[in-house]
Amino acid sequence: MGIYEISLATVVGINIILALGLNMITGFCGQISLGHAAFYGVGAYTCALLAKAGTPLPLAIAAGMISAGAVGLVVGLASLRVRHDFLAITTMGVGFLFLGIVRQQEILGGELGISGIPSSGMSKIAYLVLVFFLVALFTAFSLWIKRSWMGFAFDAVADDEDTARVMSVDVGAYKLVAFAMGTAMAGVAGGLYTYFARFLMPDDFGFIASISVLSMVAVGGIGSVFGVIVATIILTLMPEFFRFISDYKLLVYGTLLFAVMRFAPEGLAGLARSLIDRIRPEVSAEKEVA
Amino acid sequence: MGVILDIRNVTVRFGGVVALDNVSFQVNKGEFLCLIGPNGAGKTTMMRAVTGVVKPQSAQVLLAGRDISSLPIHKRARLGLALTHQIVRPFRSMTVLDNVALTAGHRLIGRIFRSMVSLDRSTERRQARKYLRLVGIEDVSQKSVVGQPLGVTKRLEVARALALEPKVLLLDEPLAGLNSVEAARLADTVADINREGLTTVVMIEHNLGEVMRVSQRLVVLDNGRKIADGSPADVMRNRTVRAAYVGKEYQNAAA
Repeated sequence: MGIYEISLATVVGINIILALGLNMITGFCGQISLGHAAFYGVGAYTCALLAKAGTPLPLAIAAGMISAGAVGLVVGLASLRVRHDFLAITTMGVGFLFLGIVRQQEILGGELGISGIPSSGMSKIAYLVLVFFLVALFTAFSLWIKRSWMGFAFDAVADDEDTARVMSVDVGAYKLVAFAMGTAMAGVAGGLYTYFARFLMPDDFGFIASISVLSMVAVGGIGSVFGVIVATIILTLMPEFFRFISDYKLLVYGTLLFAVMRFAPEGLAGLARSLIDRIRPEVSAEKEVA
Repeated sequence: MGVILDIRNVTVRFGGVVALDNVSFQVNKGEFLCLIGPNGAGKTTMMRAVTGVVKPQSAQVLLAGRDISSLPIHKRARLGLALTHQIVRPFRSMTVLDNVALTAGHRLIGRIFRSMVSLDRSTERRQARKYLRLVGIEDVSQKSVVGQPLGVTKRLEVARALALEPKVLLLDEPLAGLNSVEAARLADTVADINREGLTTVVMIEHNLGEVMRVSQRLVVLDNGRKIADGSPADVMRNRTVRAAYVGKEYQNAAA
Protein backbone atom coordinates (compact mmCIF):
# COMPACT_ATOMS: atom_id res chain seq x y z
CA MET A 1 0.00 0.00 0.00
CA GLY A 2 1.23 3.42 -0.94
CA ILE A 3 0.96 6.49 1.24
CA TYR A 4 -2.14 7.55 -0.68
CA GLU A 5 -3.98 4.31 -0.10
CA ILE A 6 -3.03 4.30 3.57
CA SER A 7 -4.35 7.78 4.16
CA LEU A 8 -7.49 6.98 2.20
CA ALA A 9 -8.09 3.88 4.32
CA THR A 10 -7.52 5.95 7.47
CA VAL A 11 -10.14 8.48 6.38
CA VAL A 12 -12.56 5.63 5.65
CA GLY A 13 -11.97 4.22 9.14
CA ILE A 14 -12.51 7.59 10.83
CA ASN A 15 -15.72 8.13 8.84
CA ILE A 16 -16.99 4.69 9.82
CA ILE A 17 -16.63 5.51 13.53
CA LEU A 18 -18.33 8.85 12.91
CA ALA A 19 -21.20 7.21 11.01
CA LEU A 20 -21.63 4.42 13.55
CA GLY A 21 -21.99 7.13 16.19
CA LEU A 22 -24.80 8.82 14.28
CA ASN A 23 -26.33 5.41 13.61
CA MET A 24 -26.58 4.93 17.37
CA ILE A 25 -28.65 8.12 17.69
CA THR A 26 -30.60 8.16 14.43
CA GLY A 27 -30.57 4.52 13.45
CA PHE A 28 -31.10 2.78 16.77
CA CYS A 29 -32.94 5.36 18.83
CA GLY A 30 -34.73 7.16 15.99
CA GLN A 31 -33.59 10.66 16.93
CA ILE A 32 -32.63 12.72 13.92
CA SER A 33 -29.46 14.80 14.22
CA LEU A 34 -28.29 17.30 11.63
CA GLY A 35 -25.44 18.51 13.81
CA HIS A 36 -23.31 15.41 14.22
CA ALA A 37 -20.22 17.14 12.84
CA ALA A 38 -20.29 19.53 15.80
CA PHE A 39 -19.47 16.64 18.16
CA TYR A 40 -16.82 15.43 15.74
CA GLY A 41 -15.44 18.96 16.05
CA VAL A 42 -15.65 19.07 19.85
CA GLY A 43 -13.64 15.86 19.99
CA ALA A 44 -11.12 17.10 17.42
CA TYR A 45 -10.54 20.50 19.02
CA THR A 46 -10.29 19.06 22.54
CA CYS A 47 -7.81 16.50 21.34
CA ALA A 48 -5.83 19.10 19.36
CA LEU A 49 -5.48 21.50 22.28
CA LEU A 50 -4.41 18.72 24.63
CA ALA A 51 -1.99 17.27 22.07
CA LYS A 52 -0.36 20.65 21.65
CA ALA A 53 -0.08 20.92 25.43
CA GLY A 54 1.86 17.67 25.40
CA THR A 55 -0.80 15.19 26.45
CA PRO A 56 -0.10 11.65 25.23
CA LEU A 57 -2.28 10.32 22.40
CA PRO A 58 -4.51 7.88 24.29
CA LEU A 59 -5.38 10.47 26.91
CA ALA A 60 -6.00 13.20 24.32
CA ILE A 61 -8.35 10.99 22.31
CA ALA A 62 -10.11 9.81 25.45
CA ALA A 63 -10.59 13.44 26.48
CA GLY A 64 -12.03 14.16 23.03
CA MET A 65 -14.44 11.31 23.51
CA ILE A 66 -15.54 12.45 26.97
CA SER A 67 -15.96 16.10 26.04
CA ALA A 68 -17.97 15.28 22.91
CA GLY A 69 -20.12 12.85 24.90
CA ALA A 70 -20.69 15.44 27.61
CA VAL A 71 -21.75 18.10 25.09
CA GLY A 72 -23.87 15.43 23.37
CA LEU A 73 -25.61 14.67 26.64
CA VAL A 74 -26.55 18.35 26.99
CA VAL A 75 -27.79 18.53 23.40
CA GLY A 76 -29.64 15.27 24.02
CA LEU A 77 -31.70 17.15 26.60
CA ALA A 78 -33.16 19.03 23.64
CA SER A 79 -34.47 15.74 22.27
CA LEU A 80 -36.58 15.39 25.40
CA ARG A 81 -38.45 18.56 24.53
CA VAL A 82 -38.68 18.53 20.73
CA ARG A 83 -39.24 15.80 18.16
CA HIS A 84 -38.85 14.97 14.50
CA ASP A 85 -38.41 18.03 12.28
CA PHE A 86 -38.07 20.31 15.30
CA LEU A 87 -35.25 18.16 16.61
CA ALA A 88 -33.65 18.30 13.15
CA ILE A 89 -33.72 22.10 13.21
CA THR A 90 -32.46 22.22 16.80
CA THR A 91 -29.49 19.94 16.12
CA MET A 92 -28.74 21.87 12.95
CA GLY A 93 -28.66 24.98 15.12
CA VAL A 94 -26.21 23.27 17.47
CA GLY A 95 -23.95 22.64 14.48
CA PHE A 96 -23.98 26.31 13.48
CA LEU A 97 -23.54 27.37 17.10
CA PHE A 98 -20.41 25.25 17.34
CA LEU A 99 -18.95 26.82 14.19
CA GLY A 100 -19.92 30.28 15.37
CA ILE A 101 -18.13 29.82 18.67
CA VAL A 102 -15.02 28.19 17.20
CA ARG A 103 -14.61 30.90 14.57
CA GLN A 104 -14.57 33.63 17.22
CA GLN A 105 -12.18 32.05 19.71
CA GLU A 106 -8.54 33.04 19.56
CA ILE A 107 -7.56 30.00 21.59
CA LEU A 108 -9.23 27.70 19.03
CA GLY A 109 -7.42 29.40 16.16
CA GLY A 110 -10.47 31.25 14.87
CA GLU A 111 -10.88 31.18 11.09
CA LEU A 112 -7.31 30.02 10.62
CA GLY A 113 -7.84 26.81 12.53
CA ILE A 114 -5.27 24.94 14.57
CA SER A 115 -1.98 23.96 13.01
CA GLY A 116 1.22 22.47 14.37
CA ILE A 117 -0.49 19.53 16.02
CA PRO A 118 2.23 17.07 17.09
CA SER A 119 2.59 13.78 15.28
CA SER A 120 1.02 10.67 16.69
CA GLY A 121 4.53 9.26 16.94
CA MET A 122 3.47 6.23 14.92
CA SER A 123 4.16 5.24 11.36
CA LYS A 124 1.25 5.84 8.99
CA ILE A 125 0.57 2.14 8.76
CA ALA A 126 0.63 1.70 12.53
CA TYR A 127 -1.83 4.57 12.85
CA LEU A 128 -4.07 2.89 10.30
CA VAL A 129 -3.98 -0.28 12.38
CA LEU A 130 -4.99 1.74 15.45
CA VAL A 131 -7.90 3.31 13.54
CA PHE A 132 -9.08 -0.08 12.31
CA PHE A 133 -8.75 -1.57 15.75
CA LEU A 134 -11.14 1.13 16.99
CA VAL A 135 -13.42 0.57 14.00
CA ALA A 136 -13.64 -3.12 14.96
CA LEU A 137 -14.26 -2.17 18.58
CA PHE A 138 -17.10 0.23 17.79
CA THR A 139 -18.59 -2.16 15.23
CA ALA A 140 -18.70 -4.87 17.88
CA PHE A 141 -20.10 -2.37 20.38
CA SER A 142 -22.85 -1.32 17.95
CA LEU A 143 -23.79 -4.91 17.21
CA TRP A 144 -23.86 -5.67 20.92
CA ILE A 145 -26.13 -2.71 21.68
CA LYS A 146 -28.45 -3.61 18.83
CA ARG A 147 -28.91 -7.13 20.21
CA SER A 148 -29.10 -6.09 23.87
CA TRP A 149 -32.16 -5.11 25.83
CA MET A 150 -31.03 -1.53 25.47
CA GLY A 151 -31.30 -1.94 21.69
CA PHE A 152 -34.72 -3.49 22.22
CA ALA A 153 -35.79 -0.41 24.19
CA PHE A 154 -34.28 1.85 21.48
CA ASP A 155 -36.46 0.03 18.92
CA ALA A 156 -39.53 0.82 20.99
CA VAL A 157 -38.53 4.49 21.36
CA ALA A 158 -37.83 4.79 17.63
CA ASP A 159 -41.14 3.13 16.74
CA ASP A 160 -43.49 5.04 19.01
CA GLU A 161 -42.17 6.85 22.04
CA ASP A 162 -45.59 7.62 23.53
CA THR A 163 -46.50 3.97 23.61
CA ALA A 164 -43.04 3.10 24.90
CA ARG A 165 -43.69 5.37 27.89
CA VAL A 166 -47.00 3.72 28.66
CA MET A 167 -45.13 0.39 28.48
CA SER A 168 -42.85 1.61 31.30
CA VAL A 169 -39.86 2.55 29.13
CA ASP A 170 -38.01 5.57 30.53
CA VAL A 171 -37.85 7.22 27.10
CA GLY A 172 -35.88 10.24 28.24
CA ALA A 173 -33.11 8.21 29.84
CA TYR A 174 -32.72 5.98 26.78
CA LYS A 175 -32.56 8.98 24.46
CA LEU A 176 -29.88 10.60 26.59
CA VAL A 177 -27.81 7.43 26.64
CA ALA A 178 -28.09 7.15 22.84
CA PHE A 179 -26.96 10.75 22.42
CA ALA A 180 -24.10 10.35 24.88
CA MET A 181 -22.81 7.15 23.25
CA GLY A 182 -23.23 8.36 19.68
CA THR A 183 -21.59 11.72 20.28
CA ALA A 184 -18.77 10.12 22.28
CA MET A 185 -18.03 8.00 19.23
CA ALA A 186 -17.98 11.16 17.11
CA GLY A 187 -15.49 12.54 19.64
CA VAL A 188 -13.19 9.55 19.11
CA ALA A 189 -13.44 10.03 15.35
CA GLY A 190 -12.55 13.69 15.88
CA GLY A 191 -9.53 12.79 17.99
CA LEU A 192 -8.31 10.33 15.37
CA TYR A 193 -8.79 12.94 12.66
CA THR A 194 -6.73 15.44 14.66
CA TYR A 195 -3.65 13.23 14.73
CA PHE A 196 -4.21 12.21 11.13
CA ALA A 197 -4.62 15.65 9.59
CA ARG A 198 -2.55 17.57 12.17
CA PHE A 199 -4.36 20.67 11.03
CA LEU A 200 -7.94 21.62 11.88
CA MET A 201 -10.17 24.09 10.08
CA PRO A 202 -13.62 25.08 11.38
CA ASP A 203 -15.15 24.18 8.02
CA ASP A 204 -14.13 20.55 8.42
CA PHE A 205 -16.90 20.33 11.02
CA GLY A 206 -19.61 22.32 9.29
CA PHE A 207 -23.09 21.58 8.08
CA ILE A 208 -21.80 19.84 4.96
CA ALA A 209 -19.91 17.36 7.10
CA SER A 210 -23.06 16.69 9.13
CA ILE A 211 -25.08 16.05 5.98
CA SER A 212 -22.35 13.78 4.59
CA VAL A 213 -22.48 11.58 7.69
CA LEU A 214 -26.26 11.52 7.57
CA SER A 215 -26.04 10.42 3.92
CA MET A 216 -23.80 7.54 4.92
CA VAL A 217 -26.24 6.38 7.57
CA ALA A 218 -29.32 6.83 5.39
CA VAL A 219 -27.83 5.24 2.28
CA GLY A 220 -26.56 2.31 4.32
CA GLY A 221 -29.92 1.69 5.83
CA ILE A 222 -30.91 3.43 9.03
CA GLY A 223 -30.10 1.18 11.96
CA SER A 224 -28.12 -1.45 10.04
CA VAL A 225 -24.52 -1.61 11.27
CA PHE A 226 -23.10 -3.34 8.20
CA GLY A 227 -25.19 -1.28 5.80
CA VAL A 228 -23.80 1.89 7.34
CA ILE A 229 -20.22 0.58 7.10
CA VAL A 230 -20.60 -0.36 3.42
CA ALA A 231 -22.25 2.97 2.57
CA THR A 232 -19.52 4.88 4.41
CA ILE A 233 -16.82 3.07 2.44
CA ILE A 234 -18.57 3.72 -0.87
CA LEU A 235 -19.43 7.35 -0.17
CA THR A 236 -15.94 8.11 1.12
CA LEU A 237 -14.10 6.46 -1.74
CA MET A 238 -16.38 7.46 -4.60
CA PRO A 239 -15.20 11.06 -4.85
CA GLU A 240 -11.59 9.82 -4.71
CA PHE A 241 -11.83 7.20 -7.43
CA PHE A 242 -13.95 9.26 -9.75
CA ARG A 243 -12.23 12.59 -9.67
CA PHE A 244 -14.95 14.24 -11.70
CA ILE A 245 -17.41 13.46 -8.90
CA SER A 246 -15.27 15.27 -6.37
CA ASP A 247 -16.38 18.68 -7.62
CA TYR A 248 -19.99 17.56 -7.47
CA LYS A 249 -19.70 15.61 -4.22
CA LEU A 250 -22.57 17.41 -2.55
CA LEU A 251 -24.74 17.03 -5.63
CA VAL A 252 -24.08 13.29 -5.67
CA TYR A 253 -24.72 12.92 -1.93
CA GLY A 254 -27.90 14.94 -2.23
CA THR A 255 -29.14 12.91 -5.19
CA LEU A 256 -28.31 9.65 -3.41
CA LEU A 257 -30.04 10.79 -0.23
CA PHE A 258 -33.11 11.74 -2.24
CA ALA A 259 -33.09 8.51 -4.26
CA VAL A 260 -32.75 6.35 -1.14
CA MET A 261 -35.53 8.15 0.70
CA ARG A 262 -37.81 7.93 -2.34
CA PHE A 263 -37.07 4.46 -3.66
CA ALA A 264 -35.41 2.42 -0.91
CA PRO A 265 -36.10 3.96 2.48
CA GLU A 266 -34.35 1.06 4.17
CA GLY A 267 -31.15 1.77 2.27
CA LEU A 268 -28.56 -0.72 1.10
CA ALA A 269 -29.37 -3.06 3.98
CA GLY A 270 -33.02 -3.11 2.93
CA LEU A 271 -32.10 -3.71 -0.70
CA ALA A 272 -29.79 -6.57 0.25
CA ARG A 273 -32.49 -8.12 2.40
CA SER A 274 -35.14 -8.03 -0.32
CA LEU A 275 -32.59 -9.37 -2.82
CA ILE A 276 -31.79 -12.33 -0.55
CA ASP A 277 -35.50 -12.93 -0.05
CA ARG A 278 -36.00 -12.97 -3.79
CA ILE A 279 -33.13 -15.36 -4.48
CA ARG A 280 -33.92 -17.73 -1.66
CA PRO A 281 -37.61 -17.36 -0.93
CA GLU A 282 -37.84 -20.80 0.64
CA VAL A 283 -35.23 -19.94 3.26
CA SER A 284 -36.97 -16.80 4.43
CA ALA A 285 -40.27 -18.64 4.47
CA GLU A 286 -38.77 -21.28 6.72
CA LYS A 287 -37.39 -18.63 9.01
CA GLU A 288 -40.87 -17.27 9.47
CA VAL A 289 -42.13 -20.63 10.66
CA ALA A 290 -39.23 -21.35 13.00
CA MET B 1 -61.48 -5.74 49.51
CA GLY B 2 -59.40 -2.62 49.77
CA VAL B 3 -59.24 0.24 47.35
CA ILE B 4 -56.46 -0.28 44.80
CA LEU B 5 -57.01 2.79 42.66
CA ASP B 6 -58.40 5.92 44.22
CA ILE B 7 -59.21 8.66 41.71
CA ARG B 8 -60.04 11.96 43.31
CA ASN B 9 -61.34 15.19 41.79
CA VAL B 10 -60.05 14.84 38.26
CA THR B 11 -60.57 17.96 36.17
CA VAL B 12 -59.26 18.15 32.61
CA ARG B 13 -59.77 21.11 30.31
CA PHE B 14 -58.71 21.27 26.68
CA GLY B 15 -58.70 24.98 25.96
CA GLY B 16 -62.23 26.09 26.80
CA VAL B 17 -63.70 22.60 26.73
CA VAL B 18 -64.16 20.88 30.06
CA ALA B 19 -63.49 17.22 29.30
CA LEU B 20 -63.72 16.07 32.91
CA ASP B 21 -65.31 18.06 35.68
CA ASN B 22 -64.22 17.07 39.17
CA VAL B 23 -64.78 13.34 38.73
CA SER B 24 -63.94 10.91 41.55
CA PHE B 25 -64.33 7.19 41.84
CA GLN B 26 -62.61 4.25 43.43
CA VAL B 27 -61.60 0.88 42.11
CA ASN B 28 -61.54 -2.00 44.56
CA LYS B 29 -58.79 -4.56 44.53
CA GLY B 30 -59.65 -7.51 42.35
CA GLU B 31 -62.82 -6.12 40.79
CA PHE B 32 -63.88 -5.84 37.18
CA LEU B 33 -65.14 -2.33 36.67
CA CYS B 34 -66.55 -0.96 33.45
CA LEU B 35 -66.43 2.71 32.60
CA ILE B 36 -69.23 3.53 30.21
CA GLY B 37 -70.93 6.54 28.76
CA PRO B 38 -71.89 8.13 25.44
CA ASN B 39 -69.28 9.33 22.96
CA GLY B 40 -67.37 12.33 24.21
CA ALA B 41 -68.22 11.64 27.83
CA GLY B 42 -64.55 11.76 28.85
CA LYS B 43 -63.88 8.05 29.40
CA THR B 44 -60.66 7.89 27.41
CA THR B 45 -59.52 11.21 28.86
CA MET B 46 -60.08 9.77 32.33
CA MET B 47 -57.81 6.80 31.63
CA ARG B 48 -55.22 9.04 30.06
CA ALA B 49 -55.30 11.34 33.07
CA VAL B 50 -54.87 8.39 35.42
CA THR B 51 -51.82 7.10 33.49
CA GLY B 52 -50.36 10.59 33.10
CA VAL B 53 -50.62 10.76 29.31
CA VAL B 54 -52.94 13.74 29.71
CA LYS B 55 -51.98 16.37 32.27
CA PRO B 56 -55.07 17.18 34.32
CA GLN B 57 -55.72 20.68 35.69
CA SER B 58 -56.31 19.04 39.01
CA ALA B 59 -56.32 15.43 40.15
CA GLN B 60 -55.16 13.14 42.83
CA VAL B 61 -54.54 9.53 41.94
CA LEU B 62 -53.60 6.93 44.53
CA LEU B 63 -52.41 3.52 43.44
CA ALA B 64 -52.37 1.01 46.30
CA GLY B 65 -52.37 3.92 48.74
CA ARG B 66 -49.47 5.71 47.09
CA ASP B 67 -49.97 9.13 45.54
CA ILE B 68 -48.82 8.87 41.94
CA SER B 69 -50.30 12.16 40.71
CA SER B 70 -46.95 13.79 40.09
CA LEU B 71 -45.09 10.79 38.65
CA PRO B 72 -44.14 10.57 34.96
CA ILE B 73 -45.91 8.05 32.73
CA HIS B 74 -43.25 5.33 32.76
CA LYS B 75 -43.02 5.34 36.57
CA ARG B 76 -46.77 4.92 36.91
CA ALA B 77 -46.54 2.02 34.46
CA ARG B 78 -43.74 0.50 36.51
CA LEU B 79 -45.80 0.80 39.69
CA GLY B 80 -48.58 -1.21 38.08
CA LEU B 81 -50.79 0.73 35.69
CA ALA B 82 -51.11 -0.73 32.21
CA LEU B 83 -53.11 1.00 29.49
CA THR B 84 -54.25 -0.32 26.12
CA HIS B 85 -55.07 2.06 23.32
CA GLN B 86 -58.44 2.31 21.67
CA ILE B 87 -56.70 2.87 18.35
CA VAL B 88 -54.02 0.17 18.30
CA ARG B 89 -50.42 1.27 18.49
CA PRO B 90 -48.12 -1.73 18.14
CA PHE B 91 -44.34 -1.29 17.76
CA ARG B 92 -44.25 -1.59 14.00
CA SER B 93 -40.65 -2.71 13.53
CA MET B 94 -41.14 -5.77 15.73
CA THR B 95 -42.79 -9.14 15.45
CA VAL B 96 -45.99 -9.82 17.34
CA LEU B 97 -43.98 -11.83 19.87
CA ASP B 98 -41.37 -9.14 20.48
CA ASN B 99 -44.06 -6.54 21.07
CA VAL B 100 -45.07 -8.53 24.12
CA ALA B 101 -41.54 -9.69 25.04
CA LEU B 102 -40.49 -6.05 25.39
CA THR B 103 -43.03 -5.39 28.12
CA ALA B 104 -42.46 -8.81 29.66
CA GLY B 105 -38.91 -7.55 30.19
CA HIS B 106 -40.07 -4.42 31.95
CA ARG B 107 -37.78 -5.08 34.91
CA LEU B 108 -34.72 -5.25 32.64
CA ILE B 109 -35.82 -2.20 30.67
CA GLY B 110 -36.26 -0.37 33.95
CA ARG B 111 -32.56 -0.57 34.74
CA ILE B 112 -30.74 1.12 31.96
CA PHE B 113 -27.26 -0.25 32.59
CA ARG B 114 -28.48 -3.75 33.14
CA SER B 115 -30.35 -3.50 29.86
CA MET B 116 -27.06 -2.65 28.18
CA VAL B 117 -25.32 -5.81 29.34
CA SER B 118 -28.24 -8.21 28.92
CA LEU B 119 -28.64 -10.01 25.62
CA ASP B 120 -30.84 -12.99 26.39
CA ARG B 121 -34.49 -12.58 25.42
CA SER B 122 -35.56 -16.21 25.68
CA THR B 123 -37.21 -16.01 29.13
CA GLU B 124 -39.22 -12.96 28.16
CA ARG B 125 -40.18 -14.50 24.82
CA ARG B 126 -41.42 -17.58 26.64
CA GLN B 127 -43.55 -15.40 28.91
CA ALA B 128 -44.73 -13.41 25.91
CA ARG B 129 -45.85 -16.61 24.20
CA LYS B 130 -47.90 -17.42 27.28
CA TYR B 131 -49.76 -14.10 27.04
CA LEU B 132 -50.27 -14.50 23.29
CA ARG B 133 -51.75 -17.94 23.91
CA LEU B 134 -54.00 -16.43 26.56
CA VAL B 135 -55.54 -13.96 24.10
CA GLY B 136 -55.52 -16.51 21.29
CA ILE B 137 -53.03 -15.13 18.78
CA GLU B 138 -50.06 -17.41 19.41
CA ASP B 139 -50.16 -18.69 15.82
CA VAL B 140 -49.02 -15.33 14.41
CA SER B 141 -46.34 -14.70 17.04
CA GLN B 142 -43.44 -14.78 14.56
CA LYS B 143 -45.12 -12.50 12.04
CA SER B 144 -44.47 -8.81 11.72
CA VAL B 145 -47.25 -6.71 13.25
CA VAL B 146 -47.52 -4.74 10.03
CA GLY B 147 -50.42 -6.09 7.99
CA GLN B 148 -52.05 -7.96 10.86
CA PRO B 149 -55.83 -7.58 10.97
CA LEU B 150 -57.46 -5.51 13.69
CA GLY B 151 -58.69 -8.68 15.39
CA VAL B 152 -55.06 -9.59 16.05
CA THR B 153 -53.69 -6.15 16.91
CA LYS B 154 -56.53 -5.45 19.34
CA ARG B 155 -55.71 -8.64 21.24
CA LEU B 156 -52.01 -7.85 20.97
CA GLU B 157 -52.68 -4.60 22.85
CA VAL B 158 -54.20 -6.61 25.69
CA ALA B 159 -51.40 -9.20 25.73
CA ARG B 160 -48.77 -6.48 25.78
CA ALA B 161 -50.45 -4.71 28.69
CA LEU B 162 -50.82 -7.99 30.61
CA ALA B 163 -47.11 -8.66 30.19
CA LEU B 164 -46.47 -5.62 32.37
CA GLU B 165 -48.01 -7.64 35.21
CA PRO B 166 -50.05 -4.62 36.26
CA LYS B 167 -51.93 -4.12 39.50
CA VAL B 168 -54.64 -2.39 37.48
CA LEU B 169 -55.27 -3.09 33.82
CA LEU B 170 -56.91 -0.20 32.00
CA LEU B 171 -58.54 -1.31 28.75
CA ASP B 172 -59.82 1.28 26.31
CA GLU B 173 -62.48 -0.34 24.12
CA PRO B 174 -60.61 -3.63 23.70
CA LEU B 175 -63.59 -5.28 22.00
CA ALA B 176 -64.27 -2.64 19.35
CA GLY B 177 -63.50 -3.96 15.89
CA LEU B 178 -63.71 -7.62 16.90
CA ASN B 179 -66.52 -9.85 15.67
CA SER B 180 -68.96 -11.11 18.28
CA VAL B 181 -67.19 -14.47 18.77
CA GLU B 182 -63.77 -12.83 19.17
CA ALA B 183 -65.24 -10.15 21.43
CA ALA B 184 -66.91 -12.66 23.73
CA ARG B 185 -63.75 -14.73 23.85
CA LEU B 186 -61.52 -11.78 24.71
CA ALA B 187 -63.99 -10.54 27.31
CA ASP B 188 -63.97 -14.03 28.86
CA THR B 189 -60.18 -14.12 28.81
CA VAL B 190 -59.96 -10.80 30.63
CA ALA B 191 -62.65 -11.91 33.08
CA ASP B 192 -60.74 -15.16 33.72
CA ILE B 193 -57.51 -13.30 34.37
CA ASN B 194 -59.38 -11.01 36.70
CA ARG B 195 -61.07 -13.89 38.51
CA GLU B 196 -57.76 -15.66 39.07
CA GLY B 197 -56.76 -12.57 41.01
CA LEU B 198 -53.95 -11.64 38.64
CA THR B 199 -55.11 -8.10 38.10
CA THR B 200 -57.85 -5.58 38.72
CA VAL B 201 -59.56 -4.50 35.51
CA VAL B 202 -61.04 -1.17 34.45
CA MET B 203 -62.58 -1.39 31.00
CA ILE B 204 -64.10 1.23 28.74
CA GLU B 205 -66.54 -0.46 26.43
CA HIS B 206 -69.48 0.39 24.19
CA ASN B 207 -70.50 -3.22 23.72
CA LEU B 208 -73.12 -3.14 26.48
CA GLY B 209 -73.96 -6.82 26.05
CA GLU B 210 -70.42 -7.81 27.02
CA VAL B 211 -70.31 -5.10 29.69
CA MET B 212 -73.40 -6.47 31.42
CA ARG B 213 -72.05 -9.98 31.11
CA VAL B 214 -68.58 -9.53 32.60
CA SER B 215 -68.53 -6.43 34.79
CA GLN B 216 -69.13 -6.35 38.52
CA ARG B 217 -69.62 -2.62 38.79
CA LEU B 218 -70.28 0.27 36.43
CA VAL B 219 -69.21 3.88 36.51
CA VAL B 220 -71.06 6.06 34.02
CA LEU B 221 -69.71 9.32 32.66
CA ASP B 222 -71.63 11.85 30.64
CA ASN B 223 -70.36 15.21 29.46
CA GLY B 224 -67.36 15.03 31.77
CA ARG B 225 -69.40 14.26 34.89
CA LYS B 226 -69.98 11.08 36.78
CA ILE B 227 -73.70 10.32 36.65
CA ALA B 228 -73.82 6.85 38.15
CA ASP B 229 -71.71 4.35 40.08
CA GLY B 230 -72.98 0.96 41.19
CA SER B 231 -73.92 -2.58 40.28
CA PRO B 232 -74.72 -3.09 36.56
CA ALA B 233 -78.40 -3.81 37.15
CA ASP B 234 -78.90 -0.76 39.40
CA VAL B 235 -77.05 1.52 37.06
CA MET B 236 -79.04 0.39 34.06
CA ARG B 237 -82.28 1.16 35.87
CA ASN B 238 -81.03 4.65 36.69
CA ARG B 239 -83.06 7.31 34.87
CA THR B 240 -80.19 9.72 34.34
CA VAL B 241 -78.20 6.96 32.71
CA ARG B 242 -81.08 6.01 30.43
CA ALA B 243 -81.54 9.65 29.51
CA ALA B 244 -77.86 10.01 28.68
CA TYR B 245 -77.95 6.99 26.43
CA VAL B 246 -81.34 7.21 24.82
CA GLY B 247 -82.01 10.91 25.12
CA LYS B 248 -84.41 13.06 27.11
CA GLU B 249 -87.42 12.24 24.94
CA TYR B 250 -87.46 8.72 26.28
CA GLN B 251 -87.66 9.98 29.83
CA ASN B 252 -90.54 12.27 28.95
CA ALA B 253 -92.33 9.53 27.13
CA ALA B 254 -91.88 7.21 30.08
CA ALA B 255 -93.08 9.85 32.51
